[in-house]
Amino acid sequence: MGQMARQKPGDKTGTLIICCGAVAREIIAMIDANGWDDMRVDCLPAHLHNDPGRIPEGVRRKIRANRDLCERIVVLYSDCGTGGQLEDMLNEEGVESIKGAHCYEVFAGADTFAAMMKAEPGSFILTDFLTQHFERLVVKGLGLDRYPELRSTYFGKYKKLVYLAQSDDLALKAKAEAAAETLGLEFEMRFTGYGDFEKFLREQRR
Amino acid sequence: MAIQEIYDAVMEYDDTRVVELINQELDAGTDVKTILDEGMIAAMDMIGKQFSGGTLFVPEMLMAAEAVQAGLDVLRPHLVGTGTKPAGTVVLGTVRGDLHDIGKNLVGLMLEGGGFRVVDLGVDVDAETFITTAQENEADIIALSSLLTTSMPEMEKAVAAISEANENRNLNIKVMVGGPPINQNYADKIGAHGYGLDAPGAVALARTLVGD
Ligand code: B12
Repeated sequence: MGQMARQKPGDKTGTLIICCGAVAREIIAMIDANGWDDMRVDCLPAHLHNDPGRIPEGVRRKIRANRDLCERIVVLYSDCGTGGQLEDMLNEEGVESIKGAHCYEVFAGADTFAAMMKAEPGSFILTDFLTQHFERLVVKGLGLDRYPELRSTYFGKYKKLVYLAQSDDLALKAKAEAAAETLGLEFEMRFTGYGDFEKFLREQRR
Repeated sequence: MAIQEIYDAVMEYDDTRVVELINQELDAGTDVKTILDEGMIAAMDMIGKQFSGGTLFVPEMLMAAEAVQAGLDVLRPHLVGTGTKPAGTVVLGTVRGDLHDIGKNLVGLMLEGGGFRVVDLGVDVDAETFITTAQENEADIIALSSLLTTSMPEMEKAVAAISEANENRNLNIKVMVGGPPINQNYADKIGAHGYGLDAPGAVALARTLVGD
């Protein structure tokens, strides 16, 4: 996944947002909707989320490659299972980032997410992106297509699928409902919009 | 030769065949420890190596682990029957707020294969349950797993509670920790007695901790 083409040639101003491919579509839609024309987006492949150890160096490479091409860099990655390594790297590079455990928490808001998981620890979360790519990322990604018997090994302790919706797309809602059925889980939907991603970028712009 | 077949059946994820072959070996009077070491543990070691080396992926590793689990279920009563003293007792679980259990289960399997008695409390386990279970079972070690940034503080709380219980209730329980976001630095910071990178590492660490 490369540059998400928002930069004009020779542009050395503006803010570069570095994020995960799993949220890039939403971040671009949010920037467009707000008319934040001075911001452009570059992302790392979404599949790195299953291999978080590789995220810090991937982000570092993007920072170094773009440092002289823009006025400012902001990283929209939360910890994402790097055990604090991403934050350490960002401190070394002196780059600001959004705080939080993972994108699910950022979409829902930390307090809401914590309350949700406390009420039902057996919650499995889908976002618009994960719903859209459920077959590829969850079914194939976890090998459930090849070994359907692993469903209970993975999800045996889960009760509920919570779809955190960024858009109000009925087709996606139906897909998320079908995903819950595939996994044998109850279904719940919560509309989050862009959640704390939007709040954070607004604060950055002040 | 037949033990090689058990190994192969694990590598082919064929749990039915593993059970069948182990029963045949037991009927033929083969030593339980030989079946365990040369069939199951050897296969688990290979799976662990391939997984760490990136040539085996989570689903395949899980399929193989299930075959090992099926085999261990058959062997367990016979192992108890041999009267071999366990290397120690480990109370194992994933900390509160975290439902990931694949890595923990693998650690449990390897510890069991390594001669430890394992009391597996499952997932989403709070500190007090770890401590009381360890007390009831006169455990040497509590082993904590965490995969989430949000459950790491729960690991820290559990380690603190265990160390407090060691002092106040006059216990001597060692704590070992692991999981992908955990490292030696973090383990030291929260005061755990040891950190294990993977399942074979967990067995080696447990041996050191009971040897202390
Ligand atoms: C498989 C998986 C799942 C499965 C879990 C199935 C199950 N029954 O466990 C499913 C799909 C259900 C799942 C759910 C979720 N997951 Co998940 N999951 C993973 C994944 C891809 C692999 C983990 C795994 O099993 N690896 C294989 C095992 C063998 O390896 P391991 O766990 O590292 O264990 C080894 C060592 O660490 C060590 N070890 C482990 N424990 C211990 C203990 C001791 C004492 C010792 C010594 C050693 C040791 O030995 C093991 C064997 O070698 C990771 C990404 C990753 N690569 O880590 C994400 C990951 C851990 N999950 C993550 C998240 C966010 C979630 C969800 C919240 C996502 C969601 N959409 O809802 C939920 C969790 C809900 C909850 N309440 O817990 C994040 C965590 C991010 C963060 N900031 O915390 C990760 C990092 C992915 C990501 N970047 O988003 N997940």
